[in-house]
Amino acid sequence: MTEQGILGVFAGHKFLSGLSERHRLLLAAGARPFTAAPNQLLAKEGDTARCFYLIQSGHVSLGMHTPDRGVVPIHTVGPGEEVGWSWLVPPHRWQFDCRAVDEVHGLAFDAEWLREKCELDHELGYHLLKQLIGVLANRLAATRVQLLDLYK
Amino acid sequence: MEGPRACPTPVKPAVVRVRDYRRETHDTFTLVLDPPATGGAAFRPGQFNMLYVFGVGEAPISLSGDPGEGGGWVHTIRAVGAVTRALARLRPGDVLGLRGPYGSSWPLENARGRDVVLVSGGIGLAPLRPVLYHLRRHRAEYGKIALLYGARSPADALYLDELRAWRAAGELQVLLTVDRGDPSWTESLGLVTALFDRADFAPDRAVGLICGPEIMMRFTQREFAKRGVADERLYVSLERNMHCAVGFCGHCQLGPSFVCMDGPVFRYDRIRTFFEIREA
Amino acid sequence: MTEPRAANPLFLPKSRLDDLIGQLAAAGFEVVGPRLEQQAIVYGPIRSASDLPIGWTDLQGPGSYRLQRRGDEAYFGYVVGPHSWKKYLFPPTLTLWHARRTGDTFTIEESNDEPPRRALLGVRGCELHAIAVQDRVFLNRAGQFTDPFYAKARQRLFLIAVECETAGGTCFCTSMGTGPQIDDPLDAHSAPRRGRHAYDLALTELDDGFVVRVGSAAGQDLVARLGLAAAAPEQIAEGRRRVAAAAQAMGRWLDTTDLRQLLHRNQEHPRWDAVADRCLSCTNCTMVCPTCFCSSVADVTDLSLENAQRVRKWDSCFNPEFAKVHGGDFRPSIRARYRQWLTHKFASWYDQFDVSGCVGCGRCITWCPVGIDVTEEINAIRAADGQRRLD
Repeated sequence: MTEQGILGVFAGHKFLSGLSERHRLLLAAGARPFTAAPNQLLAKEGDTARCFYLIQSGHVSLGMHTPDRGVVPIHTVGPGEEVGWSWLVPPHRWQFDCRAVDEVHGLAFDAEWLREKCELDHELGYHLLKQLIGVLANRLAATRVQLLDLYK
Repeated sequence: MEGPRACPTPVKPAVVRVRDYRRETHDTFTLVLDPPATGGAAFRPGQFNMLYVFGVGEAPISLSGDPGEGGGWVHTIRAVGAVTRALARLRPGDVLGLRGPYGSSWPLENARGRDVVLVSGGIGLAPLRPVLYHLRRHRAEYGKIALLYGARSPADALYLDELRAWRAAGELQVLLTVDRGDPSWTESLGLVTALFDRADFAPDRAVGLICGPEIMMRFTQREFAKRGVADERLYVSLERNMHCAVGFCGHCQLGPSFVCMDGPVFRYDRIRTFFEIREA
Repeated sequence: MTEPRAANPLFLPKSRLDDLIGQLAAAGFEVVGPRLEQQAIVYGPIRSASDLPIGWTDLQGPGSYRLQRRGDEAYFGYVVGPHSWKKYLFPPTLTLWHARRTGDTFTIEESNDEPPRRALLGVRGCELHAIAVQDRVFLNRAGQFTDPFYAKARQRLFLIAVECETAGGTCFCTSMGTGPQIDDPLDAHSAPRRGRHAYDLALTELDDGFVVRVGSAAGQDLVARLGLAAAAPEQIAEGRRRVAAAAQAMGRWLDTTDLRQLLHRNQEHPRWDAVADRCLSCTNCTMVCPTCFCSSVADVTDLSLENAQRVRKWDSCFNPEFAKVHGGDFRPSIRARYRQWLTHKFASWYDQFDVSGCVGCGRCITWCPVGIDVTEEINAIRAADGQRRLD
């Protein structure tokens, strides 16, 4: 994918909305298109989180492994959403298995590279954190509503 | 939202026969009933009937069949109380009492030419299914159609085969999610509101129809609001205790509204004040 | 009820009240009115004037009711008791229909409980308004629904109103515009929010008899059979003076300015917590209220399981089961239940029926075991309008 192509994806992706032109170009330099085949593992619980993913198309299932039930799916991430915050939170290890449900297309960022950019440019770091906290807040609220077992 | 219509039997049920029984999930089933001889089979999506089991009692049950078919009256019912458990024991040929249909209906006229987003949770899909039948029957009159449906687990989800067939036919977007998956479940996991990002509709021309537990409806309203769908274009179906269905018994009041007569379908901005008051 | 208005008031000597009762009975009416029972003035069958609580009055206060001898022989020298006339139109228990199994099906027959023709003797101004309020609930509701029993019973009523000449200890009809004077049904000045309040005859008690106004053709027929003389101008004036004195003596006042909006906007007022601390959720206020209309139905069977019936009973928004559905209770707290009752009566009622649900009879204050006074509660909310509880 060309830089123009990557910038095109950036413009349409909710996670990067509101980013300045300068930061957009900066991030585009580190973005790498990826494709995952159905059932392919993008991340394994406990592994070092080396990547941050923006999903363009397809779905990714987040799950946890349990001894008696295998990997229990917890949440599904779809187009326009993102996968991974472990890259930002020490000790930088994946909290969940992330597996492609269908064919997934998106952009991946190297975790170390991204952290370094955020440290050097706090404005960029603040922006990414603000987006990430929004995602986390939504997922936390949703989890809490699910805990209420509404449909019982 | 369209207002109620005269009902000839405010007090006394008609006796009708069960035409068909179908098990839907471990606690939910569908009864198809012969409509009463008088009054015909017409109903408007969103309305409900009062179903009476001899000697046991009466319960309000929404109509969940095809409003354009003119066949039997379809009720999908969850067996959770004395009356609904007694209804669950009925089989074809059995008789029961029926009054209705009562109440207001979904705004199918106002929604014409617009995108329609239906958001439902659990048994809340049943009162919306007649809307889906209607939209499919009059597909060209509406814009994009998206159904967002959340259930507790794959085994609790209603009408899955039918919904998937409609999705395969390309007539509407069907987004399904459950709180707890199983190995067979290839659809989404998570709360129904998490499906919003994947729903294809234009907020400025969308109408939202919401039916499910009240907490789910509150969260859903916020998702619509975030995307700029005004409360004037949102409709909710409310549940309250109902005995009479005609505004006499007082049980179903919410502020100035009688849910049985003025609802169960309300335009959200018109019920918002009292819907948002705790224990109103 | 648009019959021509009788020209001039008549005079009914007390000695002839029995003739009036007799005429009503002869015309097929069951006459019901005030009588002494269990140390209270309640409504029941009246065979003659001697059944009336002659010479008695009721001393009422918040949570208190006592009968006391008057110094005179007034026939209607009390205010109102724990009963209201609604029991005759909207009975506390009513079988709606019977069902019977026949082979593999069943049949449903509407109950043949036929309400008798009834003459209500001694209907107060507030009570006429209360009947008009319930008419709006049960007759041609929203242009579509009518309660069949109520409609029949209502149609068969003969209403003999009697103006109050004693101000009660808890009532506030002057605030609600419902009394103590009984306006002519055909007078145009009654505001729509006060509802219809037609009567057949309206009496104003004097020492030796009653000034009688005729409000309907049926009333006209009845007085014609009695052959009453016209009331003297002094008698009419004396009657007016007595009723005006009662209005003057009215101790309780409720400011009804923008009451609907006041209560709707104060749903989170701290006063609800305060009143909930006192309220026992006993339902007394709703049982004695002449306009409360909530009910529930019970479906019952006999031992053979061949016969079933649906029985309707008065219910109350204070009952714990009232707002329950599967999976929850919409009003678990007494605070919420009290708020529902009061805001319904004084606010939502206007939205629903274009009239106040309260007629100012004061029964809910008198019969509250802890003496909660609705006027005091509303005045407290008004005094701190806009306050919100902290949570």
